[in-house]
Amino acid sequence: MVEFSLWDIVSNLLLAARWTLVLSLIAFVGGGLVGLALLVARTTHNRSLQQAVAVYVQVFQGTPLLMQLFLAYFGMAMLGVETSAWTAAAVALTLYSSAFLAEIWHGCVKSIGKGQWEAAQSLALNFGEQLRYVIFPQAARIAVAPTVGFLVQVVKGTALASVIGFVELTKAGTMITNATFKPFVVYSCVAVLYFLICYPISLYARSLEGRFHVQR
Amino acid sequence: MAIELDFAAVLTEWPLLVKGVAWTLGLTAVSAVLGVLLGIGCAWVRTQGPSWSRPGVAAYVELIRNTPFIVQLFFLFFGLPAMGVRLSPEWSSVIAMVINLGAYSAEIVRAGIQTTPAGQIEAAMSLALSRMQTFIHVVLPPALQRVWPALVSQIIIVMLGSAVCGQISTEELSFAANLIQSRNFRAFEAFIVATAIYLLLSIATRATLNWFGQRFLFGGRRG
Repeated sequence: MVEFSLWDIVSNLLLAARWTLVLSLIAFVGGGLVGLALLVARTTHNRSLQQAVAVYVQVFQGTPLLMQLFLAYFGMAMLGVETSAWTAAAVALTLYSSAFLAEIWHGCVKSIGKGQWEAAQSLALNFGEQLRYVIFPQAARIAVAPTVGFLVQVVKGTALASVIGFVELTKAGTMITNATFKPFVVYSCVAVLYFLICYPISLYARSLEGRFHVQR
Repeated sequence: MAIELDFAAVLTEWPLLVKGVAWTLGLTAVSAVLGVLLGIGCAWVRTQGPSWSRPGVAAYVELIRNTPFIVQLFFLFFGLPAMGVRLSPEWSSVIAMVINLGAYSAEIVRAGIQTTPAGQIEAAMSLALSRMQTFIHVVLPPALQRVWPALVSQIIIVMLGSAVCGQISTEELSFAANLIQSRNFRAFEAFIVATAIYLLLSIATRATLNWFGQRFLFGGRRG
């Protein structure tokens, strides 16, 4: 029987951790873009558009990410799209992130005083210009800390992609366990690696939060 | 290509779905009570507990908050038997959910405790209440009331997270959906139905807990 050293386990997990990072990044950036579109739709004065976004957010925040992954995986196949675990995970995590980011950013936009909107209007800026030059720059400052904090949720969310067969850190842990029969060691290493990815982000988010409060 | 959806094939398996919902709600109820109690205990330690115990609790909170729930669950279910601790899927699920909720609610409750006006604690002291009495009767109730909406949200997040427990064969809702799709190959329909049920559960749970909090926990009290 082949003996596996701790380094064998850790090095293989590190290789898989790359895919956790890549998937997180795709979901975060993609979710940010979709989230921004949702945010604009929600800040317009169109009632039905606002409600549509509210329902979208409610659906993605009120259902398990695991179910969303399954639905993306089987749903896309049903529509005749060639699906891999890759695309399904990227799509599901992007949509999931977009709902949360839209909600977070919506709160930030709402915290901007009404006077700012009125001032922008009185300068004859149109809706797009009001958002771009007056509202978003101010909202963005408030939004940075919670957005970075949400990145931790995205990284942890990618762990669920293991269930539909995407080989990232958690899935690699399961596979290595099956080869080594050392679940305690392997899952400890997996947890430590997630912690090493997430904890610095958490600390950074907290320091941003502190910085903002001091400035205000 | 025409897409045919057959929801009837899924809905005829309703006894499985009902059982799944019962397990999901049961797991959530037990872990909500125990998890919030654990969170209150941890919040007490971090704000007023003995100073030697604070780093331990802080480490627990950070460790849980910065690792995925599925890894915590796998660690309990697959990892611990190697150390001689063998847990059933159900016990692993409950323990993982309690530990998870405990860490998050500790931070939420702590935030509520820290906004207690100093004058209230001084007033309690001047009435010769002990530190423990002050905490239980003066500090905690209004603190819980302030953070109740956040606690409810966290309980719902844990309920949705429990979908993962099906992966270690706890027979909750997502497990039922998986079982149904393995029987009739209607995967998309099965997961749509399960997802819709989860959505209803989270809406109903939020409404119930908000009502419960106002009606029974903080009746007549103004925050």
